[in-house]
Amino acid sequence: MAESNKPEDFVKHEYEAGFVTDIESDTFEPGLNEDVIKRLSEVKGEPEWMLEWRLEAYRQFQEMTEPNWQKVNFEPVDLQSISYYSAPKKDTDKPQSLDEVDPELLRTYEKLGIPLHEQKALAGVAGAGTPAEAEAGSSEEGGAYSNVAVDAVFDSVSVVTTFKNKLAEAGVIFCSISEALQEYPELVKKYLGSVVPRGDNYFASLNSAVFSDGSFVYVPKGVKCPMELSTYFRINAENTGQFERTLIIADEGASVSYLEGCTAPQRDENQLHAAVVELVALDDAEIKYSTVQNWYPGDENGKGGIFNFVTKRGMARGRNSKISWTQVETGSAVTWKYPSCVLKGDNSVGEFYSVALTNNYQQADTGTKMIHIGKNTRSTIIAKGISAGKSDQSYRGLVKFQPTAEGARNFTQCDSLLIGDKCGAHTFPYIENKNSSATVEHEATTSKVSDEQMLFCRQRGIDPEQAVSMIVNGFCKEVFKELPMEFAVEAGKLLEVSLEGSVG
Amino acid sequence: MLTIKNLHASVEGTPILKGINLEIKPGEVHAVMGPNGSGKSTLAQVLVGHEAFEVTEGEILFDGQNLLDLEVEERALAGLFLAFQYPVEIPGVSNLQFLRTAVNTLRKHRGENELDSPSFMKMAKEKAKQVDLGPDFLKRGVNEGFSGGEKKRNEIMQMLMMEPRLGILDETDSGLDIDALKTIANGVNTLRAENRSFLVVTHYQRLLNHIVPDVVHVLAGGQIIKSGDKQLAMELEEHGYGWLGINEAEAAG
Ligand SMILES: Nc1ncnc2c1ncn2[C@@H]1O[C@H](COP(=O)(O)OP(=O)(O)O)[C@@H](O)[C@H]1O
Ligand SMILES: [Mg+2]
Repeated sequence: MAESNKPEDFVKHEYEAGFVTDIESDTFEPGLNEDVIKRLSEVKGEPEWMLEWRLEAYRQFQEMTEPNWQKVNFEPVDLQSISYYSAPKKDTDKPQSLDEVDPELLRTYEKLGIPLHEQKALAGVAGAGTPAEAEAGSSEEGGAYSNVAVDAVFDSVSVVTTFKNKLAEAGVIFCSISEALQEYPELVKKYLGSVVPRGDNYFASLNSAVFSDGSFVYVPKGVKCPMELSTYFRINAENTGQFERTLIIADEGASVSYLEGCTAPQRDENQLHAAVVELVALDDAEIKYSTVQNWYPGDENGKGGIFNFVTKRGMARGRNSKISWTQVETGSAVTWKYPSCVLKGDNSVGEFYSVALTNNYQQADTGTKMIHIGKNTRSTIIAKGISAGKSDQSYRGLVKFQPTAEGARNFTQCDSLLIGDKCGAHTFPYIENKNSSATVEHEATTSKVSDEQMLFCRQRGIDPEQAVSMIVNGFCKEVFKELPMEFAVEAGKLLEVSLEGSVG
Repeated sequence: MLTIKNLHASVEGTPILKGINLEIKPGEVHAVMGPNGSGKSTLAQVLVGHEAFEVTEGEILFDGQNLLDLEVEERALAGLFLAFQYPVEIPGVSNLQFLRTAVNTLRKHRGENELDSPSFMKMAKEKAKQVDLGPDFLKRGVNEGFSGGEKKRNEIMQMLMMEPRLGILDETDSGLDIDALKTIANGVNTLRAENRSFLVVTHYQRLLNHIVPDVVHVLAGGQIIKSGDKQLAMELEEHGYGWLGINEAEAAG
């Protein structure tokens, strides 16, 4: 009995989104070269400048080598063995309404709890009682996605975007980036690569060369986006990579909250997901970007799972602008991402709230960069890492003050929670201060789910799995409260599922 | 209700309890007194199933069930409650959320409906008031930043919510001023009933002025060396543990 009731025994990852959709796809032969890029651009009917942009990115990419400074171990990805385009077959060019979407696809999203039917979405899907919900006092009964427009990306393409009309009334553009290239090429041309340049890093350059789809958002001057926007990424096809590109622009005085969710089938092979997300906030604009990342993490022996190598960066370009990242990372075999803020405008604000949970053999090297350029810029970093099983996790964060960052401030708090004694947690904070008036505050803690906490909960009749989940949820509270209400409930449930385990 | 027969328990191979015999009948309050290190907390922890302690001999029957066969949470659901000597903090988990989970789990186990938010809130506020904790304590993390006295009152509040068959108090009185002591005693006394029993572990006699025991046991060196009525506690108070031939410094190890 003594051995079988340690907190770590109540942690197991049961991946519920691991099914495969049986659907016919148009898929490129594996391989990467200029011709593949040309064909990709052609299939998508892109303007000439876009192809040139891609090819230049590819030229830069070929000069680069895969980075190895991050604290993760994995077999290098053979980029020639994956396909760079896979899209569900369809007769027409692109479905404009739900009726035209393959019912099999609709069922897939339904199964994942993402309603693409607007009326259903409006009605809301009542969430089951979770600690997070109980916490929120259950005053609002609206479940996940009740007031959310969804862009559904399936493998390489966006299959449908909901609530377009309602958004258009407010002047908000929300569509796939492929569509934006057709309809709003000037906007795309102006901002694409303005935050993450083509030569930024190995995977960002690769993405710039081969990105297949993603979301585009433009919120015009003075507009507060009337609903949450979200993209739901699904990798389905085998031996493909997903390279999506998201570009969000909030014009002067505009604000928007954007959510991103992701899942993939359970497969023994690793699959590559190398996305780039760029955010641009002009004067007095605000962008809140939340992620719930639940890519397939691999099995309990570390076989399979998604390689999640993502570059996310927001440019707080205007005065008093604000970029806020919130992420809940529970999936992927290997995660390597640092959603960052470049605080260029005076008085601009950057935030990073993160929960990363690794279990079994998962590895995560994640954190943020806060680059202070403008005067009186402020940034807050709250990173919560939970390691269980034999997983290994690192927080890596850079706080940099340029000579111009008069009166800038940063607050960083990094907390690690260990479940069991076979996992690891590491913290790598980097501070570069070139302005003597800037201030940095850094706090870090490491704690364990203790036997005493477990005994205490269980003595009150709470079963061990629920106890672990409750303790972990409590640990994440500061971050969860930053998530939009609908997502906080979702995130709480996800943690619970990720920690679900059997006794002994 | 509770029968302990020849109970031996060790921690990391060191014997702590060396043959405890104890019988608690429904409605009775038993006090266990003894010097520091005599094994009082060990007894309480073994009863609720703390896994650091190994039962090497003996048996424990609770309402006829073999307690040692049950997991910690099963014992709790069967009606065993321990007010811990050192209650732990669970940061970020509000008292309210914690209690609601606990109470609803218990209700479900008993085949009762789960309480909805408003009725639960009402009940929690009432019980908090009974132990002089303001409603803001319900929103704070479980014992997070609570003073010693607040933690103890929080334990009794939880006991009031869970209405156990057998309430075990492990030195709930230590470190409390006289007003807090009375508050806690009142809390316990309101729960006293024909079919509910208590095991009150204490170093000092003064708590027993307010929670009047039916039986008093003196534990020393892992054994009950003397039992009697409440008079025994008075005598101990007057003469000290030395009166029973216990060397307190030695017992404390
Ligand atoms: N977890 C433990 N590990 C090692 N020794 C322990 C542990 N718990 C209690 N003990 C030892 O057991 C003896 C009895 O302790 P305890 O039951 O706490 O006494 P009391 O509550 O009467 O003061 C002491 O010598 C103490 O050091
Ligand atoms: Mg003790």
